[in-house]
Amino acid sequence: MPVDRQKGPELDPEITSKLKEQSQELVEQVNAGEYARAMTLINDLSEVRDQSLYREVGRLTRSLHEALRNLQIHPQNPEQQEALSKMSDASERLEYVVEMTANAANRTMDLVEDAMPRASAMCEQARTLRDDWQRLRRREMDPSEFRELYGRIDRFFESMAVDAEKMYTDLSEILLAQDFQDLTGQVIQKVTALVREVEDNLVSLVVMASHVDQLTGTVHEIRDRESSLEGEGPQLRAAERSDVVSGQDDVDDLLSSLGF
Amino acid sequence: MKILIVDDFSTMRRIIKNLLRDLGFTNTDEADDGNTALPMLRTGKYDFLITDWNMPGMSGFDLLKTVRADDNLKDLPILMVTAEAKRDQIVAAAQAGVNGYVVKPFTAAVLKEKIEKIFERIQ
Repeated sequence: MPVDRQKGPELDPEITSKLKEQSQELVEQVNAGEYARAMTLINDLSEVRDQSLYREVGRLTRSLHEALRNLQIHPQNPEQQEALSKMSDASERLEYVVEMTANAANRTMDLVEDAMPRASAMCEQARTLRDDWQRLRRREMDPSEFRELYGRIDRFFESMAVDAEKMYTDLSEILLAQDFQDLTGQVIQKVTALVREVEDNLVSLVVMASHVDQLTGTVHEIRDRESSLEGEGPQLRAAERSDVVSGQDDVDDLLSSLGF
Repeated sequence: MKILIVDDFSTMRRIIKNLLRDLGFTNTDEADDGNTALPMLRTGKYDFLITDWNMPGMSGFDLLKTVRADDNLKDLPILMVTAEAKRDQIVAAAQAGVNGYVVKPFTAAVLKEKIEKIFERIQ
């Protein structure tokens, strides 16, 4: 936001010129010993301040109403407020994203957990058959063993066809489970647009409010958020920041520099 | 070897559980934050703790500090698996006595390497 926090935005030029004019006159009157006239001037000054304060508070209230209307929140109508609020809609949409992604992850993991033992069984059978097959080629197998192997190879081909087909179906279902990306992507884009809109409205409210602050001489203490030990979740643009590691290698380097 | 996996997302717990199974650790339990994990740990049944950082209720960092301050649990090996990537946080976790730190997203190989390294040190 381009508003200078120290100085604040400019006041109405009409007010500032009145302020300059009258304060100068006030100094002159005080210096001249005209105290009664000086008191009147002080009264005038505070009236100027009060009037412009009312005007700015009025503006602020109007903008607040405007902003709320833009967000389609109708405070006069509490039962509709919830239903009409874009914000609650946005939270619902985001909950939908969480649900969709969780479903997709669970569906995928179900299929993977189901397929893994079959894949390792297939692998195990193939390995045993390969070893027996090599014994046969080296003519180390007696006829009864060979007949047993013969039957086993038959069954292996049979189960291989079935298992491989099942695996193919599982893989294409895993593929389909990724369709959430399209839907959640659209939802997130909508919510992002709303957040931008809210931000724009808030920024203009802050500008309005800073006029009131200036007239009342209110100075806000803005404390820096300095609690880096609170969980923040994934960092964005990690590669461009020096206070953030960009991957496991960075973590390992940092820890080994600490003697880990 | 019994391992407790603490993460608020069931998906992540499931991924870690699967990776641990591939590494031969089949005896695992799950908790969704520090408050749930602590009473489980205090039963004394666990040999290893894998925890996320950012969780509602008690965070993984607070869990780490609480475990280290508990006379019965203070030697429990702890691996942090988290998206928290600030240098200050990693340093703080190291100072609080974490045994390993894996930053998300991670690979099966990284998880394996860190777990093995921790066991090597213990033995």
